[in-house]
Amino acid sequence: MLGLEGVELKLGVFHLRVDAQVPRGQRVAVLGPSGSGKSTLLSLLAGFLVPEAGRITWEGRDLTRLPPANRPMSILFQDGNLFPHLTVTQNVGLALRSDLRLTDDQAARIEETLSDVGLAGMGARRPGELSGGQQGRAALARLLLQDRPVVLLDEPFAALDPGLRTEMVRLLTALWHERALTYVMATHDLRDAERSCDRIWLLQEGRVVLDRPVEGLRDDPPDALRDWL
Amino acid sequence: MAWTGAALTALVLLAVLGPLLAVALAAEGPGRLGAADLAAIRFTLLQAALSALVSVLGAIPVARALARRRFAGRRLFVALMGAPFILPVIVAVLGLLAIFGRAGWLNAGLEAVGAGTISIYGLTGIVLAHAFLNLPLAVRLILQAWLSVPSERIRLAASLGFSDADMRRHFERPILRAVLPGAFMIIFLICTTSFAVALILGGGPRATTVELAIYQAFRFEFDLGRAALLGLIQAGICIAAGLIALTLMRGGDMGGGGLDRPPLDWPGDTQRGRVVDGLAITGAGAFLLLPLGAVLLEGSAAVFGMPALVWEAALRSILVALGSTALAVGLAVPVALFAARGRGWVETLAALSISVSPLVMGTGLFLILFPVADPVALALPVTGCVNALVALPFILRALIPEVRRAEATQGRLADALGLTGWARLRLAIFPRLRRPLGFGAGLAAAFSMGDLGVIALFSAPGAATLPMEMYRLMGSYRTDDAEGAAVLLMLLALGMFWMFDRGGRVDAGA
Repeated sequence: MLGLEGVELKLGVFHLRVDAQVPRGQRVAVLGPSGSGKSTLLSLLAGFLVPEAGRITWEGRDLTRLPPANRPMSILFQDGNLFPHLTVTQNVGLALRSDLRLTDDQAARIEETLSDVGLAGMGARRPGELSGGQQGRAALARLLLQDRPVVLLDEPFAALDPGLRTEMVRLLTALWHERALTYVMATHDLRDAERSCDRIWLLQEGRVVLDRPVEGLRDDPPDALRDWL
Repeated sequence: MAWTGAALTALVLLAVLGPLLAVALAAEGPGRLGAADLAAIRFTLLQAALSALVSVLGAIPVARALARRRFAGRRLFVALMGAPFILPVIVAVLGLLAIFGRAGWLNAGLEAVGAGTISIYGLTGIVLAHAFLNLPLAVRLILQAWLSVPSERIRLAASLGFSDADMRRHFERPILRAVLPGAFMIIFLICTTSFAVALILGGGPRATTVELAIYQAFRFEFDLGRAALLGLIQAGICIAAGLIALTLMRGGDMGGGGLDRPPLDWPGDTQRGRVVDGLAITGAGAFLLLPLGAVLLEGSAAVFGMPALVWEAALRSILVALGSTALAVGLAVPVALFAARGRGWVETLAALSISVSPLVMGTGLFLILFPVADPVALALPVTGCVNALVALPFILRALIPEVRRAEATQGRLADALGLTGWARLRLAIFPRLRRPLGFGAGLAAAFSMGDLGVIALFSAPGAATLPMEMYRLMGSYRTDDAEGAAVLLMLLALGMFWMFDRGGRVDAGA
């Protein structure tokens, strides 16, 4: 279980305060208008920001002060997920060794993962030579090799057109089934939340004002959500 | 309005190309080039290359430190990196002399410990002065490239556990590879046309630049044919360097905004990195501030005892600077309005005109005026005109993007409301241009105030500008008066920039 226990952070006039849990294997969509604290919350989970109070835990272990690389988490941004000067193989290989001194065995694993996400034979290309969808897949391949139980998704579909969106949702869902991952996804789009998550948190002015399953959301939208919609 | 813009653009082109043509027509055959001239060409290229190399290499650690450290005074430091651009060159050189010169602080220290003395004249001094003037520009260019790295990518590196070596490989080296060639070339170009530095610190068979040779052919030999030939060579060097710089800088932006964005935590940080960055910041700060501090320290007291000549020269300089600024702004607005309507070639030409040497322009104007009027009597107006043309590309650079933005937003609204002509400009476009205009006017005023180029070709005693008078004082070893004049000149140049720039900001609304 991923726990946020009394986590607090002040940034200027903005004040975030969250108490919440994500059971292992759940997919939570963090919804909210811009400025509600979605990115801040993800940055706290990833370790780019350190809370002023409270604890962040995973399976009972305290992560609050761990540097980003030592957390059981990988992160996928809206864009900027790949280094433009490295090939796809190198970008993916960063998950195994950040200095890229890869063994043959590791190279084979990379190739295998690339074909898992449908990029077989494209390892020698650079991100600039890939389509938007292929870039997303390359980032996913790295995420797979990182093999961390929690995946943070920061507006992962915002820069994609509808076709690519569907494709990415499908890939993420397949991955989740296969590996029993835990997702925390920031989004401002309720449909993305419905398509790819089990639970939603609605964030307003730094507080979780709604925490409930996605199921039945449309039939009986709670007041907080209706106001926001 | 369109035809006014077109006509003025043509006029500017004529003003730049006319003198060049005059130089080309008056130039003698290349057969007249002696060994000394060839040496001048070699020296010009050598000092420019070395200056650019030193500036760029010195800037790397400073930019790196600014990109990844948060410290008190960081914003001030970044602002300081913009200052040498508007600092009169002769003030900078005097400051360097106060530190590194014959009787400077450094030599006093060296002598005290019996380590002999160093000389700042010649190649060493020229490269040192160019590094002082251009290291900050190099820092800005590199820092800008550094800060344009998407923050996601830096966070990605943090989450992948990048070490110091990984950061260098995946961030630092690609950034530097992309930005260094352009930065080197633009500084190389600036150093081929920095006449004042060569005038004060150069000279003699081993340290004469082409521009200095032009000046000497003019002033001492009055050999106009040879001066023109050298001018043609100088123009060739500049245009070649300018074309290369323009190609390498494509997509880059010289103006630079957002440099004070607070840096993210840099992954893979080490104790050694912190020490290196600290040394880079303090080292660069000392290198840039000590010379100015020395001028202020030694010159402030002398300001009040300066001869009347200096005050008269200061008044002349203020008038020339104001006239030059009015001309530059008066030309820039219509040209920018003209260029903003999809005429990218005007921008390219404007950028390229940075590479026209003011001294060559002055030579051409002299050649044009000489048969019909007394160029010496026209020294001040000619200086003002050339200063305005030199400032023009910088103003256009600030202005054109803002005109485009204004057209795209308020311009469309004005069209929809049926506003036309003067009313449209006054209500929809001009309000958006106040900031870049204030900034541009400030640049023009500071440039003109500190200029020691064309005026040296034309000037006669009794009609000198403040930098010229200061140069004379230095030449006659009246160091106290020269330092006093330097303080006055620095205050006037920076003060004028500040006033115009401020004028553009106050109540600017948007």
